[in-house]
Amino acid sequence: MRRRRKGVPIGRPKMDKVAMKRLLGYLKDYKLRVILVLVCILLSAVSGVIGSLFLKVVIDSYIVPLLQMAVPDFSGLFRAVLMMGGVYLMGIVATFLYNWLMVAISQGILKEIRDTMFAHMQRLPIRYFDTHTHGDIMSRYTNDTDTLRQMISQSIPQMFSSVVTIAAVFCAMVYTSIHLTVLVLVVMFFVMKIFKYIAGHSGMYFIRQQEALGDVNGYIEEMIHGQKVVKVFCHEEKAKEAFCEKNEALCENATKANQYANILMPIMMNLGNLQYVLIAIVGGALAVNGIGGLTLGAIASFLQLSKSFSAPISQVSQQINAVVMALAGAKRIFELLDEEEESDDGVVTLVNAKYTDDGALTECKEHTGIWAWKQPRPDGSVEYTKLAGDVRFFDVDFGYTEDKIVLHNISLYAKPGHKIAFVGATGAGKTTITNLINRFYDIADGKIRYDGININKIKKADLRHSLGIVLQDVNLFTGTVMDNIRYGKLDATDEECIRAAKLANADSFIRMLPEGYQTILSGDGSGLSQGQRQLISIARAAVADPPVMILDEATSSIDTRTEAIVQRGMDALMKGRTVFVIAHRLSTVQNSNVIMVLEQGRIIERGDHDDLIAQKGKYYQLYTGAFELE
Amino acid sequence: MVKTLMRSVREYKKSSILTPVFVTFEVILEVMIPLLMAKLIDYGIEAGNMQYILKMGAILVICCIVSLTFGALSGKYAAVASAGFAKNLRMDMYNKVQEYSFSNIDKFSAASIVTRLTTDITNIQNAYQMAIRVAVRSPIMLIFALFMAFQINSHLAPIFVIAIPILAVGLWLIIQNAKTIFERVFRTYDHLNNVVQENLHGIRVVKSFVREDHETEKFGKVSQTIYKDFSKAERILAFNAPLMQFCAYGCMLLISWLGAKLIVASGNNPAVGMTTGDLTSMFSYTMQILMSLMMFSMVFVMITISYASMERAVEILNEESDIHNPEHPISQVEDGSIVFENVSFRYGKNADKLCLDHINLNIPAGATVGIIGGTGSSKSTLVQLIPRLYDVSEGSVKVGGRDVREYDLETLRQQVAMVLQKNVLFSGTIKDNLRWGKEDATDEEMLHVCKLAQADDFIQTFPDRYDTYIEQGGTNVSGGQKQRLCIARALLKKPKILILDDSTSAVDTKTDAMIRKAFREEIPDTTNIIIAQRISSVEDADMILVLDDGKIDGVGTHAELLKENAIYREVYESQQKGGIEE
Repeated sequence: MRRRRKGVPIGRPKMDKVAMKRLLGYLKDYKLRVILVLVCILLSAVSGVIGSLFLKVVIDSYIVPLLQMAVPDFSGLFRAVLMMGGVYLMGIVATFLYNWLMVAISQGILKEIRDTMFAHMQRLPIRYFDTHTHGDIMSRYTNDTDTLRQMISQSIPQMFSSVVTIAAVFCAMVYTSIHLTVLVLVVMFFVMKIFKYIAGHSGMYFIRQQEALGDVNGYIEEMIHGQKVVKVFCHEEKAKEAFCEKNEALCENATKANQYANILMPIMMNLGNLQYVLIAIVGGALAVNGIGGLTLGAIASFLQLSKSFSAPISQVSQQINAVVMALAGAKRIFELLDEEEESDDGVVTLVNAKYTDDGALTECKEHTGIWAWKQPRPDGSVEYTKLAGDVRFFDVDFGYTEDKIVLHNISLYAKPGHKIAFVGATGAGKTTITNLINRFYDIADGKIRYDGININKIKKADLRHSLGIVLQDVNLFTGTVMDNIRYGKLDATDEECIRAAKLANADSFIRMLPEGYQTILSGDGSGLSQGQRQLISIARAAVADPPVMILDEATSSIDTRTEAIVQRGMDALMKGRTVFVIAHRLSTVQNSNVIMVLEQGRIIERGDHDDLIAQKGKYYQLYTGAFELE
Repeated sequence: MVKTLMRSVREYKKSSILTPVFVTFEVILEVMIPLLMAKLIDYGIEAGNMQYILKMGAILVICCIVSLTFGALSGKYAAVASAGFAKNLRMDMYNKVQEYSFSNIDKFSAASIVTRLTTDITNIQNAYQMAIRVAVRSPIMLIFALFMAFQINSHLAPIFVIAIPILAVGLWLIIQNAKTIFERVFRTYDHLNNVVQENLHGIRVVKSFVREDHETEKFGKVSQTIYKDFSKAERILAFNAPLMQFCAYGCMLLISWLGAKLIVASGNNPAVGMTTGDLTSMFSYTMQILMSLMMFSMVFVMITISYASMERAVEILNEESDIHNPEHPISQVEDGSIVFENVSFRYGKNADKLCLDHINLNIPAGATVGIIGGTGSSKSTLVQLIPRLYDVSEGSVKVGGRDVREYDLETLRQQVAMVLQKNVLFSGTIKDNLRWGKEDATDEEMLHVCKLAQADDFIQTFPDRYDTYIEQGGTNVSGGQKQRLCIARALLKKPKILILDDSTSAVDTKTDAMIRKAFREEIPDTTNIIIAQRISSVEDADMILVLDDGKIDGVGTHAELLKENAIYREVYESQQKGGIEE
């Protein structure tokens, strides 16, 4: 969030028309209700305007004549009051109705925006998450949606109502006195000038305040997260000094921004009062001199009208700020919605299969434990290939950006049941290779074949279903331990989950937890040790039971004794599967069928442990500690 | 609670008091203006008295200008007071956190402290500005406007006596009903954010397990709850405007009807009673009275919502650090010897489990001690007692022959340098980061410690060398490089005791050995305590400690432990198999 703000130029932000148009497009689903709301707002505003004209009627048509009568007859006035009561009642009902209807519209739109945003986010490629910070994405769900809520449910109806009021009052003013209307318009012109000046300054300082706030918050975040280091180095005083400076800057900008915002209201209000006085003087002069045919009641009601005129104008002006801010938020939301989804041209799917009596593989509905790739042929027939877990790379090149290739000429053959290890320094491209197998990224050149099928032809969901992955950074979700294991296979029974946990050697510690498998984990499983979290993530992969496993530094943050336990779980898990292992500790990879040593995106050595030791190359150096693995 | 917060007002007391004072003046004038306007109509326009119109007009213009001035001043001081108060409060809380001990920080968690120092303070700032400005304005406005209404005509004014309670009760009902729902909505909001956050963190997991739809469904459920609750709350709030209109319109109709009668009765003679001008101003007062009540209810809601923020802020301020400097601190550490006498430790006073169970240990100055033990064996806890990051629950830890609680904290921590397991580099250049160890360190000193920590080699490969900018959290250097920079930073202190808490785990064995060799040769008098997972990191230590479940399982040299200690042997063998050897 902080980074984004850096690019904001200092000045008054402008209204974003494209975002506005798109946002209004959401109203389409609520056509009938929107029309009803508009009608209600219209009725409500008109009844308000009639109300302010009522004073004139009472004075001119009733009180003045009544004053002349010897025996005043109030029945006419009574009828007028009753009629006005009717108009007011309509206004009240209309006000209530549009407020009530608006709730469904605004909340409905917000829900739709939230839901589509999240669903869309799920379909975005990993690349998007690499290039956007979590904070930046989060703020679209929080700040941006929030300002949007205020805009849809408050600003827009209020602005519409104000515009209607302004139009109606204007008509009434013209009707009452053209001379005075011209006067009001002249005054309004100057009032708007002043308003623009103050609001412009206020907006400018608000942006500065936001920047300063981002700066302070960023500093607080960095320091508090490093608070223990601050303590260890007795750096408290230093930390306070730098903080003080940023805090002062924030205070200064916040004061200015709020000052301008705060004085806006008294200024607008008193300018309205001044206008009132001006009208009284001019109107009085006109009436006294008999120009323009002004009556006493007309002046009184014009005064009332002038108040009804300036109030909505300052309201609209204030809402404009809110709308501009909300549209900026809407723009960021639309940016996310416009991000291109992960493309998937795959046609090959994964299906349950069984062998027919003659030994051929065929599709079936029930779960058989045998899986097959269902590959449609151009001639309309279907070919079934057994899911075995045979993964081959042929001269694969890859770069995160087109101009910078990070993997060069990678070729490898992983036969079913084999264990393939990648060893190399950070940035050598180990994780990148595994990210190509599950198609988090697409290769630039070369071929990858899965059971002989081009992986680009396999539907991504089915491809990923056939791969299990355990990452170094374990991510657990809020929910019970059981839920977390079941994440690997949503329809797994409790027994299946427990079996997977046993396989991963996680069962014993889970049973020690206060509620066993029903213990609720929160905050990414913060109550558990790193090793325990890792075991749950292994169980999670185990329950999915995929033929191919990718273990990316799965044990590197666990101590060696714990690792031995985890390793036993892993060994059980790896049995009979094709496994790709990335590991820091050579002990983890030693028993692999093939070990690939990577350097700057190239495979520089390959072979099993004994081969590589015999080669006396990089692996040998690593093994003997003569070379640094970072 | 409010009292605790108010302590942060300090130099902004003047502004905080001036704001309501100016607000009061502003309101008085604002209330006066309709009355003067009525006079203008009655005696000026009505009588066709241009002289009077001009005179009254002039008075009104002055009133407006004065009112504007007071309004602007109150706005200005309100901004100064609230922004200043927020500044002080933020500083007070931040400074308080600086005093916190490790256990205080553990108690709150960093994320929670950050929220309190950011979002919560912004909420409090807004509430404060509301409280000194609008919350003062509305009741005063109500009272004065009501007073004026009675002044104009005591026969009409009782209408308000009926209208105000109706509006007040109505508003109260709306607030009461909406408040509970809103509170629930905010909690659901947290839940929604949590789902998004977890999803973002675990996006690779989500995608690898193809759980996009599952996640969307999970999100959809929370989003549905928010939709329902929010709709409910806002539907209740939808009664607000019509209720207000009902009261206002009702008053106006009654005033028109009764007012007309009174005017006719008085013959529109100000000397006798009600006039048309009075009627106009009665309308103005109606709006002022009812609006002020409405504003007050809104402010009330806002302040109630920010109440939770205030509570959270006060928690920070009221938290007392449990580690204090002694009254007569010793400011000299004799040497680097360390003694643990019957030391027990538990996190939190009431925790059942002892993290350290009666530890006795004697480390002579200049010795190198290795500590080995599984995750959760309290290795880190043990060493964190030495620089008094935590206080022992029982027993005593002595450094240089004196209990650590007798030392001046800064002296002690200056002499006991510790490289934490979860270490942090700060945004700034490498030099900036190193200077944490010694503020006025020269380039030579920095070069020297970086050579000791085997960091100089890779620093020299950076284009900007020692002026290379480190990103927040040190994301642009590798794990091993980060660890070596952290070691160098600690070495700059020239400590008598140096503690490495698993600080070379990402460094390869050879460099690791070179660091230890450099320590042995260059700083032989410094006591070294090395927590490690690799046997190779500790095997040449003078003394190795095997910790298991908070107890010392074995002490001795590598050879001794290999012979006598089962755990040590097991660890050694598991690593031998991996082939890590030198």
